[in-house]
Amino acid sequence: MLKQIEGSHGVAEAVALCRPEVICAYPITPQTHIVEDLGVLVKSGKLTNCEYINVESEFAALSVGIGSSAAGARTYTATASQGILFMAEAVYNASGLGLPIVMTVGNRSIGAPINIWNDQTDSMSMRDAGWIQLFVEDNQQAVDIHIQAFKIAEKLSLPVMVCMDGFILTHAIEGIDVPEQKQVDKFLPPFVPRQVLDPEDPISIGAMVGPEAFTEVRYIAHQKQKEALKLIPQINEEFKKIFGRDSGGLISTSNTEGADTVIVTLGSVIGTIEEALDEQDEKIGALTIRSFRPFPLEEIRSALKNAKRVVVFEKCFAVGIGGIVANNVRMAMSGTNIPVYEVIGGLGGRPIIRKSLHKLFKDAVNDKLENVTFLDLKKDVVDRELEREKQLIQSGSVAENVLRDGGVVNAAKTT
Amino acid sequence: MLPKLLNGRRILSHQQVKFYQTGTLTVGNRLLDAEQRTVQATIDRSNSLDSGHRACQGCGEALGARYAIDSAMRATNNKLIAANATGCLEVFTTPYPESSWTMPWIHSLFGNAAAIGTGIAAAMKVKGKEDVRVIAQGGDGGTTDIGFGCLSGMFERNDDVLYICYDNQGYMNTGVQRSSATPGGARTATTMPVGPEPGADFDKGKNVPLIAMAHDIPYVATASIDRLHDLEAKVTKAMSIRGARYIQIFVPCPLGWGSAPAQTVNLARLAVESGIWPLFEGENGEITSVTKIRKKVPVEEYLKPQRRFAHVVKNPETLNVVQEIADRNIRKFGLLEEQE
Ligand SMILES: Cc1ncc(C[n+]2csc(CCOP(=O)(O)OP(=O)(O)O)c2C)c(N)n1
Ligand code: SF4
Ligand SMILES: [Mg+2]
Repeated sequence: MLKQIEGSHGVAEAVALCRPEVICAYPITPQTHIVEDLGVLVKSGKLTNCEYINVESEFAALSVGIGSSAAGARTYTATASQGILFMAEAVYNASGLGLPIVMTVGNRSIGAPINIWNDQTDSMSMRDAGWIQLFVEDNQQAVDIHIQAFKIAEKLSLPVMVCMDGFILTHAIEGIDVPEQKQVDKFLPPFVPRQVLDPEDPISIGAMVGPEAFTEVRYIAHQKQKEALKLIPQINEEFKKIFGRDSGGLISTSNTEGADTVIVTLGSVIGTIEEALDEQDEKIGALTIRSFRPFPLEEIRSALKNAKRVVVFEKCFAVGIGGIVANNVRMAMSGTNIPVYEVIGGLGGRPIIRKSLHKLFKDAVNDKLENVTFLDLKKDVVDRELEREKQLIQSGSVAENVLRDGGVVNAAKTT
Repeated sequence: MLPKLLNGRRILSHQQVKFYQTGTLTVGNRLLDAEQRTVQATIDRSNSLDSGHRACQGCGEALGARYAIDSAMRATNNKLIAANATGCLEVFTTPYPESSWTMPWIHSLFGNAAAIGTGIAAAMKVKGKEDVRVIAQGGDGGTTDIGFGCLSGMFERNDDVLYICYDNQGYMNTGVQRSSATPGGARTATTMPVGPEPGADFDKGKNVPLIAMAHDIPYVATASIDRLHDLEAKVTKAMSIRGARYIQIFVPCPLGWGSAPAQTVNLARLAVESGIWPLFEGENGEITSVTKIRKKVPVEEYLKPQRRFAHVVKNPETLNVVQEIADRNIRKFGLLEEQE
């Protein structure tokens, strides 16, 4: 049924349709509305046969989820930012134990300096944790991918993280087609765990493994992710048959055929980029990565093989080296001579504006991009702070100095 | 369980039994009616933590876990699942492909056993299998330090989990470091007996049983491996109650304490009889029973067989500080019979 609702509410409804049996809730912006809405659904009796647990931390949220999933219950939780770091140890543990938990991450930056706005550093911090990571473009996809996520997770016995841009998606109100319960029941069978804690058949879960087998166990985890490369598109097809909507599988492309320049992105920013592309004349294609883990090396390589240049636009970066997504894309392109440029933008919620994108596109097609570009970086502010640090050992907080120099107060004064 | 009469005296597991004839302070199972005998003494005990594990000789934790879990198994008709924190108990009962656990058992992390327990209990509830009960367990480090947040959360929500802490007063699995359950004066690898104030600082640490009671949970108890009846009765009672429950069991560690393996049970007894380890039960935030000391012993008797206290025993001043701590426990919990 088509509804005009907030993204978070859409996700809550989608999760409820999947008949979760245990939901762990802990507040952190911008994910909070999802678990709040699920709380209402459980408390009002709309979602039955579900334990909704208000836990004391994200570490507990996922730990309770590990317990309930290992005991055979379909389990859901959501988090963001500092929360995913706080649960980090359990994040690795859940995948290591092969527990098909589904978790939403309402993407947000990581402090310090504390910042509640959107970028994708939080999910990226867990990119090597063994979870499947699916990034969604819009709220319809958020709803659809959550439903698929349970199926992918339970088929592979692996946890799935659904990553949706904080505020931009979680708080945006738009038309969403929320599926019918009957459809979801047809698509998603009841959870049958691979192994389960049961007094009738006692097993030991989570015991130690020594050097004689650890490599093999980790290798199999890697193979399972590769299996997911086949399974994700397959489940997308199954979904399409029942619901009539395509969520795009591993990647989606637009105008990449015959384009010399292709922009590669993750998440909702593709909406902004496509709008800006429509407004200019260059022939530039776009590729959105839906599945960041597993990373679809082959699919990306073949979609980009005829490009003259690739520009990866990402809302995160690895301090000390540069783009995270770009480095992964470079791996997909290795052996080709196609240059991969990195553009880092939208950090900590900085708006990604048309004007800057148009300049970026122009620089890109004219091969004027540097290897790494920080979009809209206030270079003068940075230089002045670096100079202050050179002059003075006790120069104080970088964050405070930068804000005093180039923040809203000063910006208002100078204009 | 109704108290039984033996020689005209009531035997309640948490009451003392005076048995003068033999001059001993213990009552052998063979002197008791069949239903008063310990779970450990029965041939149908579950052996949930089976033999063949790799604990050190004389490990109090192995003994405590075995006693506690077999009782919990009996109390639940073998419908029990255990969540285990990282630590000696987890390590010496595994690794794959071997396991000493003949019950469903999960190890996740060091600091989340209580939360894992919550999750399992939630799953059992939602699946309508509430006859299957849950225990979570860990060492003192996994309980009073790193797992404290999850523990307090489990208590506060009154989740249907019995948490058992095996208190050997230090991080033993990593080579005997100080935890918040390490007593003042004790030598550990991070509180070495050097300098003017050797060993662990006094006036630090926390009493988690009392903190558990401050959550007003239905049942809290301390126990010691020197008295099997009492320990088993407390576990059995805990399993007769729904909601969050906590038992902290005193489990000497020969390796960490520098004591002879054969002294393990004796040290546990001396800890109780000196007032170092008060035995009590609390229900809904109130203390409901304490085990009186039968024959008070000076703390020196308890400290002497342990190398971790060698420097304490040598110094009359610090010895006195420890004695004062024991005496304060005795006053605070009323551990001595009123003198008439
Ligand atoms: C997060 C984390 N920090 C540290 C460790 C290392 N570690 C494993 S077991 C252990 C000590 C356990 O002490 P305790 O809980 O008292 O149990 P014991 O071994 O004494 O029975 C430590 C520090 C760990 N596994 N995980
Ligand atoms: S170190 Fe202590 S607790 Fe660990 S197995 Fe040995 S005796 Fe038991
Ligand atoms: Mg310990």
